[in-house]
This record gives sequence, C-alpha cells and structure tokens, in this order.
Amino acid sequence: MADPRRLPHGEDGGPATGPGYLQHHFESLVQQKDASSLGMWLFLVTEILFFGGLFLVYTIYRWSYPLAFADASRHMDVRLGTTNTAVLIISSLTMAMAVHSAAAGRRRLIIPFLAATMLLGTTFLGIKAIEYTEHIRHHLFPGPWFHYPGPQIHARPAELFFSLYFAMTGLHALHMVIGLGILSVLVVQSRRGRYTGQWHTPIEMSGLYWHFVDIVWIFLFPLLYLIGRHVH
Amino acid sequence: MNQTEIQARESLHPEHIVSPKSYVAVFLALLVLTATTTLVAFVDLGPWNTVVALGIAFIKATLVVLIFMHIRWSSNLTRIIIVGGLFWLAILLALTFSDFATRGWLPILRMRP
Amino acid sequence: MAAEFIPEAEPLHPRDNYLNVRYGVGSWLLTRDHKRIALLYLASITFFFFLGGLFALLIRLELLTPGGDLVQSETYNKLFTMHGVVMIFFFLIPSIPAVLGNFLIPMMIGAKDLAFPRLNLLSWYIYIVGAAFTMWAVVHGGVDTGWTFYTPLSTAAANGHVVATAVGIFITGFSSILTGLNFIVTIHTMRAPGLTWFRLPLFVWSHYATSLIMVLGTPVIAVTLLMVGVERIFHLGLFDPALGGDPVLFQHLFWFYSHPAVYIMILPAMGVISEVVTTFSRKNIFGYRFVAFASVAIAVLGFLVWGHHMFVSGQSVYAGMIFSLLSFLVAIPSAIKVFNWTATMYRGSISWRTPMLYAFGFIGLFTIGGLTGLFLATLGVDVHVHDTYFIVAHFHYIMVGGAIMGYLGGMHYWWPKISGKMYPEGWARFAALIVFIGFNLTFFPQFVLGYLGMPRRYHAYPPEFQVLNVMSTAGASVLGVGYVIPMIYFAWSMRYGKNAPANPWRSTGLEWQTTSPPPTENFPVPPVVTSEPYVYATESEVVG
Repeated sequence: MADPRRLPHGEDGGPATGPGYLQHHFESLVQQKDASSLGMWLFLVTEILFFGGLFLVYTIYRWSYPLAFADASRHMDVRLGTTNTAVLIISSLTMAMAVHSAAAGRRRLIIPFLAATMLLGTTFLGIKAIEYTEHIRHHLFPGPWFHYPGPQIHARPAELFFSLYFAMTGLHALHMVIGLGILSVLVVQSRRGRYTGQWHTPIEMSGLYWHFVDIVWIFLFPLLYLIGRHVH
Repeated sequence: MNQTEIQARESLHPEHIVSPKSYVAVFLALLVLTATTTLVAFVDLGPWNTVVALGIAFIKATLVVLIFMHIRWSSNLTRIIIVGGLFWLAILLALTFSDFATRGWLPILRMRP
Repeated sequence: MAAEFIPEAEPLHPRDNYLNVRYGVGSWLLTRDHKRIALLYLASITFFFFLGGLFALLIRLELLTPGGDLVQSETYNKLFTMHGVVMIFFFLIPSIPAVLGNFLIPMMIGAKDLAFPRLNLLSWYIYIVGAAFTMWAVVHGGVDTGWTFYTPLSTAAANGHVVATAVGIFITGFSSILTGLNFIVTIHTMRAPGLTWFRLPLFVWSHYATSLIMVLGTPVIAVTLLMVGVERIFHLGLFDPALGGDPVLFQHLFWFYSHPAVYIMILPAMGVISEVVTTFSRKNIFGYRFVAFASVAIAVLGFLVWGHHMFVSGQSVYAGMIFSLLSFLVAIPSAIKVFNWTATMYRGSISWRTPMLYAFGFIGLFTIGGLTGLFLATLGVDVHVHDTYFIVAHFHYIMVGGAIMGYLGGMHYWWPKISGKMYPEGWARFAALIVFIGFNLTFFPQFVLGYLGMPRRYHAYPPEFQVLNVMSTAGASVLGVGYVIPMIYFAWSMRYGKNAPANPWRSTGLEWQTTSPPPTENFPVPPVVTSEPYVYATESEVVG
C-alpha cells in the first residue's frame, strides 16, 4: 500500500491534478467526493425535516378547518402560481444542464447555464413579490390589518391559512435567495476555471440544493394554490 | 476503506454522465404534470382532488430526485438516507395525528381546536 | 485492535504535538485540527457550565426558605429558564460530542481529521454566535418562559427577550446539526483499513446514534422556534388559539426534538462508560453487538415517545396510551446496556481509578433515573407527579447523574491524551466522591418532595417541605465544590502534572496507540486494524 503521505496533495502538498482538489486528510478523490455527496444528502434530510415542521402545522390545521382552507386558497392567483411552478421547473433543467456541462468537460457551457438558472430564480422571486404585494394590498397579511374578504365564518382559520402561506413561501423564498447567492459564487469560480470534468463537486452539490428547493415548491403549489378550486 | 478498494471503485464506477435527452424528457414530463394538476384542480372530484394533487406532486418530486438529482445512479446508502428522512417526517406526522385524530373519541372531550 | 502495549515509561512528551506545533491566538481561532477545535469547545462549554451552575445555586438559595424572600417570583422564573436554556443547549448537548467526540472520533477510527474540518470550525463559530445572542438576552434581563417556550406564553404574554433567546438556540442548533453531519460522514468514509463496523469502539457507535438524532431532530426545533419568532414579531398566528390555532401542536413539535435531545445528552455518556468499563475491568465488553445496536435502538425509539411529556396537556388520551406504551420500550435497550456493563465487570480485574469511579456512579444513578422514568411513562402515575419535583429529580438523575458523570469520567480518562499530563489521582478520587455525595444529597430529596406534591417552577413553598429543601440546597453546595475541584487540578496539571505516557491505562483503543498528546496528523504512520476492540481477555490469559 502506498504511503498516503506521499500521495500528491492539494492544500499542503502542492497541486496533484489541478489547483488543490484533494484535501490533505483524504486518501483519494473518490473518498473525498463520497464524503461531499453523503454530507450534502444528510443536509437535505435536515431540510426535509426543517420544512417538515411547517408541513405538519399545515396538515393539522387543514384537517381541522378544511372548508376555511379551501375558501382561503381561492384568494391565490393560480395563473401566477402555475407560471412560477413552470419557471422553477425550467430552472431545474438549466441547473441540471450546468452540472452536465461540468461533468462532460464542456467548460464553456457552465456559465451560460448557471446564468440562465439565476435569471429564472430571480424571475420566480419577482413574481412572488408581485403576489405578496397584491396580498398585502388586499389586507391578507395576518395581524391587526388582516381583513378577510370571504365569508366571515372562515375569517379566523383563513388568517391561519395566510400565516402558513407567508411562513412557508417566505422560508422557500429565503432558500431561493440563498441558492442565488451560491450560484453567483459558482459563476465567479467558473470564470476562474476552477471546475473541470474531473472535479466539479461544488456545482454538483449546489445542483442538489437547487433541485431540492424546487421539490419543496412542487408540494407547496398544490397545497396552497389548488385545494379550493373545485369548490364553487 | 483501504487504498486498493478505493482504486477498484475508481475503475469500476466512473462517474455516470446522464444524457441531456433524459433531462429534457423529464422536464417535459414535469411541465405536463404541472398542467394536469392545475386543470384537474378545477374539476370537482370530492375528496379525490387532494389525493390527485398530492399524487402528482409525489410523481414530480420522484422524477426530479431520480433523474435531476441522479439517485437512479447513486449508491444504496444515499437512497437509504432519503428514505430515512422521509420516514422520520412520517413519524412526525403520524404520531402527531394520533393525538388530533383521536381527540373526538372520548365523549366528554368532544372538542377540536 | 492489536493488543500491543507501549511500555509505561517509554515515549515521554514527544517534541511535536498538536498543542505546540503552532502558537498564537490565530493558530487557535483559525485551526482546522479537530483536536484544537475540541479544546475551543471545551473552553466555551466550561464557561456555560459554570454560568448555568450559578443560576442553579441561586435557585437553590431561594428555595432554602419557604417564603419567597431572596428573589421575586419573576426573577425566579428567569433563573430557572436561563438555568435550563444554558445547561441544555449550551452545555449538555455539545458537551461530550463536541469535546470528546470531536477529539476522539477521528483518532478512534484512524483518520487524520473529520471529513469536513472547515465545517467543524464553522460549527464552533455558529455555536459562539448563538451563545452571543443568548448571552445578550441574559444580560438584558433574561427570559421567563421556561426552557420549553410554550405558546401562547412565549408568543403573546412573556415580557422577556424571547426572540433573542430563541434566535440564539436556533443558531446553535445548526452547530449541532453540522457536528452530527460531520460525524456521520466521517464514520462512513474515513475508517482506517481493516476497521469494519463491528470493530468500531462503542464510543463511536454511540456517537453515530447521537449524530442521527442531531441530524433528524434538530431541524424540527429550529423551525419550531422560527415559528414562535415570526408569531411574536410579525403576528403570524401559527399557534394562536384566537385564530383556532393549537398550542398543543407547538408542544408536539417542541418535544419531537426535545425528547430525543435527552438521548443526545445520555448516549455519548454511555459510549464513554463502555470504554471506561472495559479498560478498568480488563475485559472484553459483554455482548458487543447488543451494546452497539442498543445505542441505535435508543436513538430510533427516542423519536417515538415524545407525547409522554404531554399527558396532562390536552392531548388525546388515546395518543397518551400509544406514547406511554412506546415509552416503556426505551427501557429495553437502556437495560441491555446496564446489564452488559455489569456483566463486563463480572470477574473482571477492576481497578478503582477515577474514570471507573465515575462509571460506577453513572451506572447506579442512570439506573435510578431510568427506573423513575418508567413511573413517568405510566399515564396514571404521571398525572399525580407531573410538574412536581419528582420529574425534576428524575431528569437530573439522567442529565447530571448520567450525562455529567459520563462527561467527567471521560474527561479524566482521556485527559492524559488531550493534555499530555496526568491529573492527580488522589484529588480526583476525592472529587469524584464529593460529586457523588453532593449529587444524591441534592436530588434524592427532590423525589420525595415531588411525590409529596411540591410543584416545580415556584419560588415559594409550604413550610412542611423545608427540611427536604434544606438538604437539597446543602447538597447543591457540596456538588458545586465537587465540580470546582477538577477545574483546579486539571488547570494545575497542565503546568505541574507528570508527563503522560502514550497509553497510561494500557487500553486497546487506537487513540492510545499514538503519542500523548498526539501529533497534528494523529498517527505518525496511518494505522491498520486487524482485530476487534477490547481484546483484554486474551491479554489476561497470557499474563495471568
């Protein structure tokens, strides 16, 4: 067995196959990549449970006040919601393509795909902001100014619905903002030529994060926008 | 994991590169499913509206996880982690529901929140 | 691990180790060495341990007399709240994992570091930022909701700095998540050649189980406190009964994490005890796989029992029955561990060194704490003793009698490895005795008080409870002395202690196969593991 101390190292042993790919405490790139991937998936599990707490609250209250929740959800703009869902799905495609470009060694395509993803992410947040503005203008933000335009019998549980709506979409939007921050770092690093076909773990891991945030929205969309549509 | 095992893995499992065609196929499927779930929501199916909406959401999420997130080609450990995370979420939901769903059973406590 | 023992006197103080390789504040604050990060944690949690202890002493002083004479009831509420917050979130949860786990897991598995060294340093900084928020709240008048932050008290009524404290705990939670994540990835990917899962020391198994709880549970408390925060600031009425929200739902979310959090405190201590008991009985552990899987079973079952904190909260009786039944199940793996440690000691060659004294203390006190837990898991009995001093005594037997005993035992056991110095054995045995006496004097009377009906969280009580309260307060003073003595001699030993040999206890663990203190890369030559841990029996056959 080779003495690992003699293996070419990144940070303190000088470049092996590129600028500092292999950190000193790992034995090989495969081990390092396994660790990153495992770590990222564990992080996503924590995210499942993080959002899970809100999904639990939603489920309990929806189960307790089905009619009020259905009624309140009809104050959502389905057209904007569906558009935003589509925007996020397209952004997942461009993100997947950015990872693909990196893995296939097509380094020139990485930045365009990342930029497209960021543009779509920003579009999503823009549309969300328009929705928020509309809700606030119609006194649908919970608290002292809340005024429910629908049947007053549903007014109080409807305020619960809007509390959950703002908490869940707000937390999701926060994750989008963080995602945009991560992507801009990736763009800068790609410009510096950090990523190669052999080593592009950060792009891959960020891709996982982006897709995860997309999945959260895939569930938020029907739960918040669609549940009351069939009631007339 | 020792050096030889690592080298063996490296040669046996080169990184899987997914063809862009499968990405585009998944993308189109996601768009179709989004359109479906929106349209179906306007049809009155009674309690089935929720089932259909959540079912479609699960299919969409599964597609994203399998193809975009490469789980189709990844190790069993990663799959166990995902299933474990969902299972723990299920514990949270199920045991909390064991409270809310049975509150009305006792005649003297027939009140819901 | 090979039963090869380095003679006691041989490698005295090697020239280059992780402590003297670099000097200066920057070399500590920017270090990525898991051993140095462990010491950063040690310094921080020691501060919080004594801060929390100070609150405890003030609580006990107030309870010396029946009248509410030392502090006002509001101040008293703040004292027990901050005692709980500081001790649980800033001392007990990080204690063994972040100090001993951080230091030892890479060494026990023959790795150079944790999988993500920078993330490890980041989790310490996150801990410090969270601690800063909480300290700000403490200095500016504190918080009085109890460490449980029950709504609607915390969202609508409490006057204290609920948000600052909650933000502090929220942030610190991420430190815990990242530590757990780092441990899991490290144990999966960084094991030395030949170190299979069933050759891992039980300390590593128990930390693996602990990390599972940290990763799966902590996000839920984070989002729950976030909800409390937005409800308080933005008036999103998530748990507001006025809107039809349900405060009991908050309790479900809170205890989904906070019950397993008790196992975050006790499981690592159990790992310490497994190492100490085998070393000082000079025997292989009895039923290795049972002990290992019991750790995982405790972690998993721990997520199924949270409702036993809510038997009198308005939770459905039927849910109470389910939670009661499931709670009894936790007794099985816990008892397996206690029985297996006892069986390990049976006919062992026991030496009464300080770590072993703490292990004895742990086993006895944990057994009492665990068995009284069964009383509380029983629906009918819980209604009688709920929110009395009975429960206070019960969880202190687990958290102080169990977790802190384990922590102190571990600190003594690995102190030669960490510092390269021996602690004074006589003083250490004396302090262990003081801690044991002080602990029992403090908390045993509380069982009686609780059973007689003294409720928790009040600053005054009927005069007939005074004798037992005086005993408890006297015990707390003794316990305080017992905690200060090790502080003094550990500090003393760093300068004046005898140099420690590589393996003072003739232990089989991998961490003892390198020098004391270890070099930065842990092992001069990466180890290869050829046998199971705890192969003491063969040695005694050869020797004896």
